[in-house]
Amino acid sequence: MKFRTRAIHVGNRRDKQTGAVVPPIHMASTFVQPGAGDWGEFDYSRSGNPTRKNVEQTIASLESGSQALAFSSGMAATHAVTMLLESGDRILAGADIYGGTYRLLHEIVSRTGIHVSLADSCDLTAFEANITPHTKLMWIESPGNPLMSISDIAGFADLAKRHDILLAVDNTFATPVLTRPLELGADIVMHSATKYLGGHSDLVGGALVVNDKELYDRLYFVQNATGAILGPFESFLLSRGLKTLELRVRAQSETALRLAESLHEHPRVARVLYPGLPSHAGHELAAKQMDGVFGGMLSIETTGGYATAKKLVESTKLFQLAVSLGAVESLIEQPASMSHASYDPDDRATHGIIDGLVRLSVGLEAFEDLKADLEAVL
Amino acid sequence: MASAHSESDNKITGAPSKKQGVSTLSVHAGEARRKPCNAITDPIFCSATYTFSDTQAVIDFIEHSQPREEYGRYGTPGERVVEQKLATLEGGAEALLFSSGMAAIVGVMMAKLKAGDEVIFFNECYHRSREFCTKHLSRFGVVTHQIETCNYEAMAAAINDNTRMLISESPTNPHLSCVDLERFAELGSKYHVETLIDATLATPYNLRPIERGIDFVMHSATKYLGGHNDLLAGVVIAKDRAAMQPIRNLRGIMGPVNSPHNVYLLQRGLKTFQLRMGRHNANGQAIAEFLEDHPRVNKVYYPGLPSHEYHEIAKRTMGGYGGLVTFLVEDADWRATADVVDAMRIPRIAPSLGGVESLVEQPLVMSYFEASPEERRAWGIYDNMIRISCGIEDTDDLITDLKQALER
Repeated sequence: MKFRTRAIHVGNRRDKQTGAVVPPIHMASTFVQPGAGDWGEFDYSRSGNPTRKNVEQTIASLESGSQALAFSSGMAATHAVTMLLESGDRILAGADIYGGTYRLLHEIVSRTGIHVSLADSCDLTAFEANITPHTKLMWIESPGNPLMSISDIAGFADLAKRHDILLAVDNTFATPVLTRPLELGADIVMHSATKYLGGHSDLVGGALVVNDKELYDRLYFVQNATGAILGPFESFLLSRGLKTLELRVRAQSETALRLAESLHEHPRVARVLYPGLPSHAGHELAAKQMDGVFGGMLSIETTGGYATAKKLVESTKLFQLAVSLGAVESLIEQPASMSHASYDPDDRATHGIIDGLVRLSVGLEAFEDLKADLEAVL
Repeated sequence: MASAHSESDNKITGAPSKKQGVSTLSVHAGEARRKPCNAITDPIFCSATYTFSDTQAVIDFIEHSQPREEYGRYGTPGERVVEQKLATLEGGAEALLFSSGMAAIVGVMMAKLKAGDEVIFFNECYHRSREFCTKHLSRFGVVTHQIETCNYEAMAAAINDNTRMLISESPTNPHLSCVDLERFAELGSKYHVETLIDATLATPYNLRPIERGIDFVMHSATKYLGGHNDLLAGVVIAKDRAAMQPIRNLRGIMGPVNSPHNVYLLQRGLKTFQLRMGRHNANGQAIAEFLEDHPRVNKVYYPGLPSHEYHEIAKRTMGGYGGLVTFLVEDADWRATADVVDAMRIPRIAPSLGGVESLVEQPLVMSYFEASPEERRAWGIYDNMIRISCGIEDTDDLITDLKQALER
């Protein structure tokens, strides 16, 4: 079955007892067991819940994985991956990553004696130079946040195999509609399901997907032992959101490309960062790695500095000023003061997150309406 | 063409506010720019009742009918948002939500009719609507007349001084006949009778009857508006605010209202309304064309086919033709027809329509099993009839499945 058919049907088998076309929401925290020490499929909802299991199956299918785990947030999912490591190990992450991931790695994970460093993930050779015998995990995003840098996932997978390192890819921006990292050889796919997967700005969730039973078992152990699971209501809303995932992402990508093209011409825009533009450094790679379109996220560098960008993000009407992304409503923000405020200022400067940068998350509104909104304030 | 929705077609004309695209309206219409706590989405107000600061506030509310919440049965904040969104999409003055489509149509009739009044309706329609008219309205002394669908002369001839409402579906279920809405509205205005169109199968994406002079539009919002087969709701949209007042009053008394949770799911479903309808239209058209060319099919009912009896009206008034396709299996008795239904893998056998999942049913079995052969003949329900509600799955997956079901 094709992607959009699986998004609707995998994990959503008709309810055997009632025939319900939409599976019920199982709120139960605990499940009655057949006998003492004789365990049924579900025992306690931290360890497994039918509604959560349904959405995990759907996500696994869409990411071409064997299994998925749904978490209470993207950060909880990311944290679970780092808990596969131990003191003395090293994490090597791409430089263009979400500010919250940066904070987690540098301020929480590092406390446990795990060393964290960043490198430019657009340059495989330079990245490889940072690998040491203690490097146990590589963490990349593609497109990266907020610079939309494109990383060669297949190249990284090759690197990971040669050095026997786990490769985790945050696929939040691309979504499995456009890129499926497991097919390219990655070990773990991570999602902030809050974004495109949920898609309606009304749930917070995360997911990990793998294609390896042994790795799944280790991650499952971490999740069950630490408890950051996705609740039944959120699981249901996430499942409902996935049914329109492909429609949403393709429509948002088409609008984003048209906006990028029109902004590219605008005198008050110094640079548009969008992998769909031939001028983008990662365009060719993105054309190969992303399925036909380039996602709904783009950033622009205004000709002014911090104050100009601040005024811009505060003036649009349809684009609403908020962090987060990937939803039906268009959002706008200034990375330097919002999504990437937790970056060390020097790291921001080193990695090109300039003060005049503005990040757009393109929603489902009509292109003409969004274009008019931006033009009115530019 | 089903895919004839260009950006400019998507502009809603006659909407009360701005001329924005359907997708923009689906996401934003009716919603406050600043929501409580600056949240991006509306909160779910579960509160059953709403407090007053002091006694004077209660008196002010009663004496000046200040617009505010009072008690959940009279309206809730979430409900008002969705009502405004639907009124905007439909190009009407006001919308009113009900707990189901049937509650909506019953609500209109109970509010508008009294003993001695008469109602005229085109007879191709949802069987429960017909049943309410013929079996229940009669108990209250309301006379109903069933007229052959789209026979405007017969409808005009049936109008008398007691006639209060003219009712039809468009497109009708399951034959997809399309009413000439201007003509229907003209009958209403000529004889001073209110007109109501059940446009559930069309949705405001494809058809906006109020812009063509109709007084009331209703939908089973369970179908395309909710769109995910996971809620029941109904809605009535009025061209004129004053005409809605008695219906709103009666709803407050009878109480067929939505729970706040349900309203939230409806609002969430509407966010992707434009996207989903584009896919439903595309799948409906493709499957209708596939079926029309298939040797085991002898007739397809779909307004997007040039062979359809009402294709010209549909082409003139609709932007697309929806996901519902009805067809007759060649030389098949009811059992051979059921075999085709049972052989389908993707569409599930179930009543209802308009959700992301494709559904299939044999009208004879699902809705008319207890009707007499004479009644079924009169209503055009044939033993070899199958109705498919095309979801938003991949078109090729659906066609491959139908093909194997027809050719096994």
